[in-house]
Amino acid sequence: MTSPTRVVTLRIDDREVSAREDETILQVARDNEIFIPTLCCLEGLSTWGACRLCLVEVSGSNKLLAACATRVAQDLEVKTNTPRILAYRRTILELLFSERNHVCSVCVANGECELQNLAQRCGVDHIRVSYRYPELSLDLSNDLFRLDPNRCILCTRCVRVCDEIEGAHTWDVMGRGIDCQVITDLKAPWGESKSCTSCGKCVHVCPTGALSQRGTAIAEVHHHRDFLPYLTQMRGERD
Amino acid sequence: MPSDELVALKTKAEQRNRANRICVCTAASCQSVGADRVHKAFEAEVNKSQREEQVEVRAVGCMGLCSAGPLVRIENDETAVLYRNVTEQDASALAQSIGRAPVERLICPTDVPFFTRQHKIVLANCGQIHPERIEDYVAVGGYEALYRAITEMTPGEVLADVKASGLRGRGGAGYPTGLKWQTVAKSPDPVKYVVCNADEGDPGAFMDRSVLESDPHRVLEGMAIAAYAVGANLGYVYVRAEYPLAISRLRLAIRQAKAANLLGQNVAGTRFEFSVDIRLGAGAFVCGEETALLLSIEGRRGQPRPRPPYPAERGLFGRATLINNVETYANIATIVDRGGASYASIGTERSKGTKVFALAGQVKNTGLIEVPMGISLREIVEDMGGGVPAGGRIKAVQTGGPSGGCIPNEHLDMPVDYDSLQQVGSIMGSGGMIVMDESSNMVEVARYFMEFSMSESCGKCVPCRVGTYQMHQILSRMLSGCAGPGDLSMLEELTRAVGETSLCGLGQSAPNPIKSTLRYYRSEYEEALRKSRPSMPLAEEGVR
Repeated sequence: MTSPTRVVTLRIDDREVSAREDETILQVARDNEIFIPTLCCLEGLSTWGACRLCLVEVSGSNKLLAACATRVAQDLEVKTNTPRILAYRRTILELLFSERNHVCSVCVANGECELQNLAQRCGVDHIRVSYRYPELSLDLSNDLFRLDPNRCILCTRCVRVCDEIEGAHTWDVMGRGIDCQVITDLKAPWGESKSCTSCGKCVHVCPTGALSQRGTAIAEVHHHRDFLPYLTQMRGERD
Repeated sequence: MPSDELVALKTKAEQRNRANRICVCTAASCQSVGADRVHKAFEAEVNKSQREEQVEVRAVGCMGLCSAGPLVRIENDETAVLYRNVTEQDASALAQSIGRAPVERLICPTDVPFFTRQHKIVLANCGQIHPERIEDYVAVGGYEALYRAITEMTPGEVLADVKASGLRGRGGAGYPTGLKWQTVAKSPDPVKYVVCNADEGDPGAFMDRSVLESDPHRVLEGMAIAAYAVGANLGYVYVRAEYPLAISRLRLAIRQAKAANLLGQNVAGTRFEFSVDIRLGAGAFVCGEETALLLSIEGRRGQPRPRPPYPAERGLFGRATLINNVETYANIATIVDRGGASYASIGTERSKGTKVFALAGQVKNTGLIEVPMGISLREIVEDMGGGVPAGGRIKAVQTGGPSGGCIPNEHLDMPVDYDSLQQVGSIMGSGGMIVMDESSNMVEVARYFMEFSMSESCGKCVPCRVGTYQMHQILSRMLSGCAGPGDLSMLEELTRAVGETSLCGLGQSAPNPIKSTLRYYRSEYEEALRKSRPSMPLAEEGVR
C-alpha cells in the first residue's frame, strides 16, 4: 500500500503555488506558466539534466539546482529569474552556438528551432566566445531522414526516445567532451543501421535541425510531438 | 579470542621468519627503475652463499622516498638500514654486509624530516610486509579488527566508532564518512553494495596505487568492516586499468582472503557474508565521479547523473550503495582497532587523522608521505620535501590536481586541512601535491590543467563540454600571443559560469586552477595580454 501523495506549497519567484510532492520544480513552474528554459528535457522521456538551462536558485542550497531533476518540497523558495541565472542562461546558449555550425538562415528548422527560440527569448544577440567551426559531414544514407551534426546540441532526446519509447536503441553517443557525437548503431551509416525501425520518433523530438525528414528545405521542418505524452500515458495505463 | 583462521596464518608467517631480512621495494615506481632485477640479484646472492635459513629476501611495498629508488632495507630484529639507488651490482656487497658494518656509500639516512615527520596509519605496513602474502598482513595484526567487529561489536557500534573518529572522505570532497555510512545503514533496501573508488586519475597523484600495491589487504579489511556496518554482502573495487600491478595484487589478495575464509560466506565462522569483485576502468577520469563510476560498473557509459538521489539512497543497480575512496577504507581497520576517539586525537578540530600525499614536482625528495592533518604546508615541502633541488624559491604548491588550485609561497605557513585549503582557493583533493619553482609560468600551468579537464570532460552537460574548450582556447591564445582585450574578462566569466552550472564535480571544479592562479598571479595573465597582438579578430557576428 503506497502512502497517498501529499500536496505541498512553495514559492516560485514570490508566487505561492501548490504542487504534489512528487513533482519537479520544472513541472510545477510550467503548470503555473512560469518560464524556465529547457533543451534536453522533454515530457515523456527520462530526466537527463544536461543542458543546465533550467538551473534555479533554491532556498537552503548554495548550489544552483536543475529544475527538471529537483523535487519540490514544502516551503521551498525558488527563484528563476535572478540576474545571476539570466546571465548563466545566456552564457550556456552562447556556448551552444559556438560549439557547432548553427547557421539559422540556411537551416531546415529555422523558425521551429528550440535553440533559436530560446536565444531570442533569453536575449542572446551576439556571441562573445569564439566559434569553433568544426568540420562535420552529413549522414544522408537513410532514405527517409537525414542527420546534420552541424546543428546537433547533444541533448540526447533522440537517444532516449529511441531507447525508451521505440525500444530500438539505434542512437547513442560516441566520443567524449567536445568530440561527442550522436551515432547510429556502432557508427554505421544510418541507412545501413540494422536496428533502426524508421519510426521517425527521433526526428520529431529533435529540438533543432539536426534530424529532419528528407525533402524538407529551409524552414520547412514541423515537429509533431503529441505522440510522446500520448504514448507514455497509454503505456502508464497499461502497466 | 582470535579466530582459528588468524592463528593458522600467524603461525605460517612465523615459520617463514628469518633472523635477517632484505626488503626490496617492488612498488611501481621502484620497479620502473629496476627493483625487480635488484630483487632477483639479492635472491641469487643469498642462494649462492647458502644463507636461506638466516636471510629472507622479501619483496615489499612502497617505502615512500620514490626519488631515491630502488630502495632496499636490510634489517634484523634490532636494527634496520635503508639503502638508496641500489643496483644489481650492489647486491653482493649489501648481502655480505649482513652481520657486519653497513655499506656507507649507499646509506639513505632515515633520521631526516622526510621520515621522522610522518605519522603512518594508512601506510603503516607499506614497505614492511610482503603485499602478496596474507600471512604477513595477519602477522602484523591484520584482519583482527574485522574479526573483532563481526564477533564482538554490533554494526551500530562500528558505525559509532567511525563517526567518533571524525574521518572525512579522502577522495577529495571530504564528506564525513560516518554520516555516509549511517545513511546507507539506515536504508531499508534489502540489497546493499559497498564500492571502493580506486579510479585515481589526478596528474601527479599515486597514493591509492601505492596503497593497493603495498598493502591490498588493508583496503579489503576496511571494505569488509564497512559492509558489516551498513549491512552489505557484495562489494566492488573500481580500479583503473592503468594500474596493472595494483590490480594483480588486489586480485591475489581477494583470492587469499577467500581461501583463508576472511571473505565470502560465513567469514571466520560467523554468519557474516561479504564478497568482493574487481571492475576495471577504461581510461576515463570522469569515472572517478561517484555516479559515473557506478554506471560504469553496471556496464554503461560512464557519465554522471544529477544528484539527488545520492548513491547512499539509490546507487549501484538502483540499490543503496556505500562508495568510499581507497585511503578512506585503509583507515577503517585502525579506527576499529584503536577506537574512534583515539583516531580523533590526531589532526585538527575539523580534519581528523592523517593524510597521504604524493609529493612531486620541483622538490628534492619526491614520493609518498603520510602526515597528520594540520601540519603546515611549509613543513611538508621545505622540511620533508627538502625544497627546490637547485636551491631556488618555491613559487607555488598545487594541490587537488585539476580540481584544485595553486597555493602561493606567502601562504605556505597555513595548516594543511580541508577548510584551510579551501579558504586559499584550493582543495585537499585526493592528495596530489605538486611543487613549482620560479620557472613555472602560471598561465601555462592553468592551461595544462584546463587541457586535462577538457579532454576528460564526458561531454554530457553543456557548460563543461563547451566551457572547458572555450577556456582552453582563451588560455592558448594568451600563451601564443594572439589574445584579444576582452579575453581576460570572458575567461573570468566562464570560470564562474562553468563552476556554478556544470552537472558534476569535474566541471564544477575544472575552473579552480584558473581561479586560483588569477587570484594570486593575475599579473602574469595581464602580462600575457600586454604581449598579445590579436592578429585574428574574434568572431562577433552574433547569432546568424
